[in-house]
Amino acid sequence: MSASARPERRLMEGSEALVRASIAAGCRFFAGYPMTPFTEILEHFAALLPDAGGTCINAESELEAVGMAWGAAATGARAATGSTGQGLSLMQESLSEITLAELPLVVFNMARGQQDYFQATRGGSHGDARNLVLAPQDIAEGVELTQTAFHLADKWRNPVVLYGDYLLAHTQEAVALEAREFPPLPAKNWAVDGSTGGSGGSRIVTPLGFDKIGRTSRGQEGNFQYAASKIPEMEAREVRVETGWLDDAETVVVAFGTPAKFVKFAIDELRADGERIGWVRPVSLWPFPYETVGEAAAVARRVGSFELCTGQMIDDVRIGVAGRAPVRFIGGVSTDSSGFGVGRLLEVDAIRARILALHRDEELPPVPGADEHRFVPAPHQLEVTP
Amino acid sequence: MTKDHLGPILDASAPPAEGARVVEPQKPALLLSEQHHMCPGCGEPLALRGYLEAIEDLGLAERTIAVAGIGCYTSFSASTDLDLVQALHGRAPSVATGIKRMRPDAIVYTLQGDGDMVNEGLQEVLHTAARGERVTCILLNNGVFGETGGHMTATSVLGQRTKTSLDGRDAEYHGHPILIGDLVARLDGAAYVARGSVHSAGAVARTNRMFRRAFETQTRGDGFSFVEVLTMCPTGWFVPTAEGQTYMDETIGEVHIVGELKVDGVVRTTAELHEENVRRAAETRAAKERALAAKRG
Repeated sequence: MSASARPERRLMEGSEALVRASIAAGCRFFAGYPMTPFTEILEHFAALLPDAGGTCINAESELEAVGMAWGAAATGARAATGSTGQGLSLMQESLSEITLAELPLVVFNMARGQQDYFQATRGGSHGDARNLVLAPQDIAEGVELTQTAFHLADKWRNPVVLYGDYLLAHTQEAVALEAREFPPLPAKNWAVDGSTGGSGGSRIVTPLGFDKIGRTSRGQEGNFQYAASKIPEMEAREVRVETGWLDDAETVVVAFGTPAKFVKFAIDELRADGERIGWVRPVSLWPFPYETVGEAAAVARRVGSFELCTGQMIDDVRIGVAGRAPVRFIGGVSTDSSGFGVGRLLEVDAIRARILALHRDEELPPVPGADEHRFVPAPHQLEVTP
Repeated sequence: MTKDHLGPILDASAPPAEGARVVEPQKPALLLSEQHHMCPGCGEPLALRGYLEAIEDLGLAERTIAVAGIGCYTSFSASTDLDLVQALHGRAPSVATGIKRMRPDAIVYTLQGDGDMVNEGLQEVLHTAARGERVTCILLNNGVFGETGGHMTATSVLGQRTKTSLDGRDAEYHGHPILIGDLVARLDGAAYVARGSVHSAGAVARTNRMFRRAFETQTRGDGFSFVEVLTMCPTGWFVPTAEGQTYMDETIGEVHIVGELKVDGVVRTTAELHEENVRRAAETRAAKERALAAKRG
């Protein structure tokens, strides 16, 4: 598609849009296991990949889905898998090792809320692995970032997580499926095709750090050191962030993903009322935009972290703020009866009230439902353990 | 004195003019080293040689992709001169699936142990077989976790002593061993299923034929193929090295009976193989007795 031709906009479910964006980015292999609200990603891959010359496997488990994607990626194909955070928990052993094996892979997390922040950004698994994590705020950005994800996966030979949610996967928006252009990448001369057997120079794709006999191996520790030294290189180059109203902001709110779009809307309304509030939206959760958050905090009097969980990203917000301003958690656990993360707190009025309370240094309004089920320590739990 | 069919007999009346020397590497062409890092008496290098020679003989070396599991045999990943993907413990069949789907013209095999395949990754091999994935799974079955130092696996036989079944595997306490070949053979996607052994020269030759048939099955695109190989692990069994073969023949080999479990869609269970072995042994015995009686006149 030429850059000048304006692509047609079509009303499309988020899942379909992400899948079409994946195929436009060259994805030719997908394996997944059904789980709400991720299921439709799998459905659309199953429907669309064969006609694109690709393969989609309804894997028998998440463990096998990630294994299949591992194998496909090792052949040099653009491959992806995905699930919800729960399903991704099952995949973590492989995801960590895929990082050590330096394989490009895109992983969709159509999460049930924002409780998978630690899983996404802290690797979620054993070892020192880091995943690049992109968190679109809506379908249009999801289409863009999905293509970015495939490019970054190949660029760094590292898994990239696309952190979405129920709303991203299940709502419909008019989107243009514009194929994006990226700088050229080197050929995948590491990928296996079976052709080098008996040559004395056969290939090996391994997370263990050893090479074929006759070649210099990194060894296990060397491989860990090598993987560790890649982390700051990605960190220095792949931060993505959007900000608004920061110049004179007394209060800064940090939020990501779908809820960030609600936060931005609420702040626009508060700005119209003359309140000096700004926002930072990390688009990449790893690497986290520490610098941007720190700069915003240097001007502001207070920083708030709005997340639909008990407060996970706030750890990164605090690292970025580095004591320049007080940091307050203004989010909360909020989900619906099915656990998909679309709860009573994901509502503009509720969010506006919390931002305003932060801005005025007042007590936060209660999180809807938070007092209905509250843990009360039993007497034995209040005793000091020697 | 000559025996034509044996060729000329060496003159042993005088010492040889030259000392013995290696004239060519004593290894398959697809091995990068004559050395291995296994314990003395280990059966795994014999299996390695068998399937590498099968790949070589069938002319598949330049289109084969190996997928290795995690166990003692993982050290073969460095010495195998084939394109290779190192998988996690138990996960090789799904990795092989992804590879085969993207490279349908490649010959793809997995190398796994009993701990890897039958414990950690049981569902993987069964699902891959049921899918009729055109890959070959090779199981090196020694009935023990060799690499961790002799622990019970899902294929350890009743009565087998390991570090986690000190008084021998007890069905009441530890449960029963799994005859994996039988499970795989029953699945419609499985085209060829065999169980071999490397405890004797004859067994090695028979197992090598199984490797060939498995790779031929894959080459034809017939479906999933599976070769289980019983391998000696005297270290993990805590028996003297020289007793490895006998121990295996009399314990693990008595339960995991050697033979072809599925050929051309026809399934033979391990129990049927056992009955056949018993019948054949009786026939051999009877034939010998008849011959003896005839000799006595």
